Amino acid sequence: MLSKTGVPTDDQIEAVKPSKERLAKGPVVIVECFQEIPCDPCYTACKQGGFLPFEDINDLPEMDFEKCNGCGVCIGACPGLAIFIVDETYSDDEALVIIPWEFVPVPEEGSTVKGLNREGEAVAEVKVKKVRSAGKNKNTNLITLIVPKEFAHEIRSIEV
Amino acid sequence: MNKAEILVIGSGPAGLKASLSAAEQGAGVALLERDSFLGGQLVKQTHMFFGSKEQYASERGFKIAEKLNLEAEEHPNIKILKDATVLGYYEEGIVSLEVKGKFATIKPAAIIIATGAQENTLMFPNCDLPGIYGAGAVQTLMNVYGVLPGKRVAMVGAGNIGVIVSYQLLQAGVEVPVIIEAMPHIGAYHVHASKVRRMGVPIYTSHTVLSAHGSESLEKITMAEIDQDRNPVTGTEKDLEVDVLCIAVGLTPLTEILFQAGCKMAYIPELGGHVPLRSDNLETSVPNIFVAGDVGGIEEASAAMVEGSIAGLTAAFNLGYGKESYAGLLAAAKRELDHLRRGPVGEKIRIGLESLSSFVEVK
Repeated sequence: MLSKTGVPTDDQIEAVKPSKERLAKGPVVIVECFQEIPCDPCYTACKQGGFLPFEDINDLPEMDFEKCNGCGVCIGACPGLAIFIVDETYSDDEALVIIPWEFVPVPEEGSTVKGLNREGEAVAEVKVKKVRSAGKNKNTNLITLIVPKEFAHEIRSIEV
Repeated sequence: MNKAEILVIGSGPAGLKASLSAAEQGAGVALLERDSFLGGQLVKQTHMFFGSKEQYASERGFKIAEKLNLEAEEHPNIKILKDATVLGYYEEGIVSLEVKGKFATIKPAAIIIATGAQENTLMFPNCDLPGIYGAGAVQTLMNVYGVLPGKRVAMVGAGNIGVIVSYQLLQAGVEVPVIIEAMPHIGAYHVHASKVRRMGVPIYTSHTVLSAHGSESLEKITMAEIDQDRNPVTGTEKDLEVDVLCIAVGLTPLTEILFQAGCKMAYIPELGGHVPLRSDNLETSVPNIFVAGDVGGIEEASAAMVEGSIAGLTAAFNLGYGKESYAGLLAAAKRELDHLRRGPVGEKIRIGLESLSSFVEVK
């Protein structure tokens, strides 16, 4: 249970997942934010209208997945590092997952690293497609990973 | 004796904002900091802050400190005294200080006390072994002086501080084999917990440290599960080799000056201990003595900044300042504070403030 272990339940993960149809259209955001805390930078960072306006700063983010273009600006804005982008259309058997990364070393583009699940267990070898900074003075990197498709909703960290 | 209109004691998030808000209204401010740099705990915070853009959400704590420090240093109405420690509060409102090794007195027209909080600790056999630190010390070593506290650190406390410092230790390349929490649930924002969990750090709720072992310094701890009455469950004891034990089990408001000044105080567990009675504008029972930030109750830095603004604005207004912007700024700050506190994670502070208000009404 999230409040005991820090690992969200399968039901919680399912509840924030975009529809199959939306996932089949290309890159889209997945916001793994399950607790009402006073925080709204995801909404203010998004220029696409992908996050619905907050009525109360403690609200959980509500999404309009149709408007999300998978740009990932929200990833670097989220203080909880709880936002990811998944692109299931990358290839027949691979998906792209973009994760926030605030550690050294920063993995090299083209290198192979271990993909970790939400419990920190290595579940698959993944390839680093792209590394970009989340922005000036941000010190957060956005790492685009090529992962086996069956792990697109499981891999959320890496071991370099 | 030095004259100052408003004396602000402490330059953390609350004190900085209090100084800037009062100075903006036209009041003269003396900002006192016992350290040789401004910013208080902000300077050690390498994570992005929560809140909204009014409280610099999404910016890292030390960046917020840099920004506010610069504003304070450049403000013509703010005089900054670093390496300055308050020694005492005397009748007639005289405050004595040690400033860079010299004695001084100051008689301000108003005082904003923003002294923050101190860490709680834990008692267990050998809890005084070298290698056992408070989380604040670990952060100071790592993030202020660039010194690693050790190689393998067990964390006690899964509140925001314990979990954030664990994350910072991982960033510094230190191994964190465990986070131990006595409560049956994680106190930290769950997103913080998930962040360390997916880096492989297990969080053991309903667990405690029984004892520490080592000849010269810490070598090993014994931990165990605890039951509902907080008694160790026999047979669950487990030894863990670590060279550092980091303790993050809450904070207590630093209220000595408030007691000395004769402010009416109340013991409110939800706020972390003894806190002063105060008005909505954060004025204590002693006229023109205000509080802002953790000294009035343990809360997040975002709330401390907003409280600083409220206290600074009001102190300036009471002394006859107050520009056209005053009423609007005060109302906006109160609204922000209400928004920060009204969600589920603000419940404890709401309960605390509610019981505080049941004590004698302050004008």
